[in-house]
Amino acid sequence: MNEILQIENVSKSYASHRALDDVSIDVPRGGVYGLLGPNGAGKTTLIRIINHITAPDSGRVLFNGHQLSEADVTNIGYLPEERGLYKKMTVGEQAVFFARLKGLSRTDATRELRKWFEKFDILPWWNKKVEELSKGMAQKVQFIVTVLHRPELLIFDEPFSGFDPINAELLKREILDLKDQGSTVIFSTHNMASVEEICDNITLINKSRNILSGNVEELRREFFSDRYDLTYSGDTEALISALTPIADSFTPMEADSQGRLKLSVHLNGTAPLRDMIATANDTVTLAGITESLASMNDIFIRTVTSDSDNTTDQACQK
Amino acid sequence: MSKIGIIIEREYMERVKKKSFIFTTILMPLLMLGLMALPALIMAYVDGSETKIAVVDNSGSIAQHLTDTHEVKFVNVRGITVDSAMNTRDTDGVLVIPENIITSSKGSLKLLSNGPSSFTTESIITSQVNKIIETERLKSHNIADLDRILDEVNANVSISTIRSDSDSNDEVLSSEISFAIGLGMAFILYMFLMLYGQMVMTSIIEEKNNRVLEVVVSSVSPMQLMIGKIVGVALVAVTQIVLWGILLTIMSGWVLPAIIPAESMNDIAALRAGNVEAMSDMGSVDMIAALSTLTQVGHLIGLIALMTVFLVMGFLVYSSIFAAIGSAVDNIQDASQLTSFAIFPIILGLTFAMVAAGDPMGPLAFWTSMFPLTSPMVMVARIPFGIPAWEVWLSLGLLLAGFLAMVWIAGKIYRVGIFMYGKKPSLKEIAKWIRYK
Repeated sequence: MNEILQIENVSKSYASHRALDDVSIDVPRGGVYGLLGPNGAGKTTLIRIINHITAPDSGRVLFNGHQLSEADVTNIGYLPEERGLYKKMTVGEQAVFFARLKGLSRTDATRELRKWFEKFDILPWWNKKVEELSKGMAQKVQFIVTVLHRPELLIFDEPFSGFDPINAELLKREILDLKDQGSTVIFSTHNMASVEEICDNITLINKSRNILSGNVEELRREFFSDRYDLTYSGDTEALISALTPIADSFTPMEADSQGRLKLSVHLNGTAPLRDMIATANDTVTLAGITESLASMNDIFIRTVTSDSDNTTDQACQK
Repeated sequence: MSKIGIIIEREYMERVKKKSFIFTTILMPLLMLGLMALPALIMAYVDGSETKIAVVDNSGSIAQHLTDTHEVKFVNVRGITVDSAMNTRDTDGVLVIPENIITSSKGSLKLLSNGPSSFTTESIITSQVNKIIETERLKSHNIADLDRILDEVNANVSISTIRSDSDSNDEVLSSEISFAIGLGMAFILYMFLMLYGQMVMTSIIEEKNNRVLEVVVSSVSPMQLMIGKIVGVALVAVTQIVLWGILLTIMSGWVLPAIIPAESMNDIAALRAGNVEAMSDMGSVDMIAALSTLTQVGHLIGLIALMTVFLVMGFLVYSSIFAAIGSAVDNIQDASQLTSFAIFPIILGLTFAMVAAGDPMGPLAFWTSMFPLTSPMVMVARIPFGIPAWEVWLSLGLLLAGFLAMVWIAGKIYRVGIFMYGKKPSLKEIAKWIRYK
């Protein structure tokens, strides 16, 4: 079984709006899967369906190849975006409570929790009440509670919100560690830089529909197909005029630390790469040539904007 | 341990470990005893002063028969004017008795008072004077052996009901005590439903507000969480009742018999044996019957057990309603309007319970003790009177059915409501949630 999670044609409606419209996603086992989309696109509804909190109106969800059932939630860890703890309970008691809900015995839970508390350097908080903790402290406790039962599938919804940069870095390392240990991570965020950093695959949801799915590297390349970054020294003007017949556009970039110039070239679809290399080599002193990658930010904005235009067009045609 | 079990444990421990719970559980019974004893204490101190009445008896046949009481002291003054009597030291008032008081058909007394006269004083005077006049008039007929005849004629009847249809024939029920116990239990039930029902509601609103709910429902289903919470809080209520029951049993089984005079205890035994003749003081059968009911430990435990059953069942019904309301709103302010759907039937139940305590076998009492929303309170008000067992069972059965229906509806509302933030939903919207898949 290659996919840990298969979402097939899932739809879900609430009274006034359609939260999910025929969404299909395959999440491969292992790796980090990004679930992206603007606010209100339907991500949280989808995550709730994966967590067996709500049921889809139609379509189905397969977990490890079988229909998702309530028993599967012990194999899932979920850190919601809006998260809280019982204020009047002590940190330790509370962590044990959540761990037991995920199927751990009281003794196992206590032992595992002590390990994690030591690792995160928060063991002295064990007997403190949650209302005495700062927001960042509470977030750490929540993270531990999410991963404690070593679930196969982890779902993080905006995990970095509320963390300072140091703790965010710590958290990121932990997430990548979990991935290396074989867990599959579904990661929902608006922070595109972190998507580039840690996600292997993504799905972009807009207006209740899946508008883009794929491998992050491939998507970034695909979006900037026929774009290359040239590093060189010499006359930029001459280079641009020499390349004009085979290129659509040019974007000058900042020079690198050694003072070498950089230029991004968008070749027109038919021109072979070797023509560009030959022409450039004749005009300037080439130091390097790389395929340029679109940023996830660009991909997100472009895809969502054009999707919105399309749907508006369709609406107008109707 | 099942997930519901873990939820129940958390809800239960969180409340039972609170200082306020331990405090109220132990202090409430003491406080209530104190409140009951307070009026008696106040009376004892306030009525300590006695009123001194000077009696100017123009008929000459009344004054010597007046007897002093705790409240009124009579001083027979002869041959002085009313004015000088008024000015005598310590006199609170002067009672003027007209000459023809015994012969006239409509005699009237005059009480000249230095200050406001009390109702007690006036009623003591009129009742004593009436009695004296009656005796004097009888005497005027010159009947032989009058004193003996009067003693024979004097009637002092009281009633004690001994149930012949009851299984345990030693049960002696005083209707007054049944009335008091029934109403008391209905009131306790009312308080519990209100307090603990709202406890469920506020706890759900809190969970929703600080978003801990999102974390919990990723491990348990919303329905499990709701039922776990309701059962957990119900167990807290039962714990409190059981503790109160133990305290009350200790008091009625050991403390009361210890402080009641031995003579009264003998009377209680005689009354229970059905041997009314053997009792020492016929005048206080009512009191003895009341004591008898109160000192029957088994009877009391039975009543408390039944009340607990109805309390739990009633609580399950009402807390489902409260849970649905709590899930639908974001804060207590928004909840206030919706809570009337739960509070109104509870108040109605108490009202019907009051009617039922006065007429426990009437049709209104019967039907309201069958309807699931009012039955808990009406039934506990009727039970002390000893109603047929089938009625109790039928009422419990209907209550159970009512709970199942209510918790099903509440669960449907709850599982949608807990994820709804922002605008307070209208009733129409809530009704729509019930139909969601």
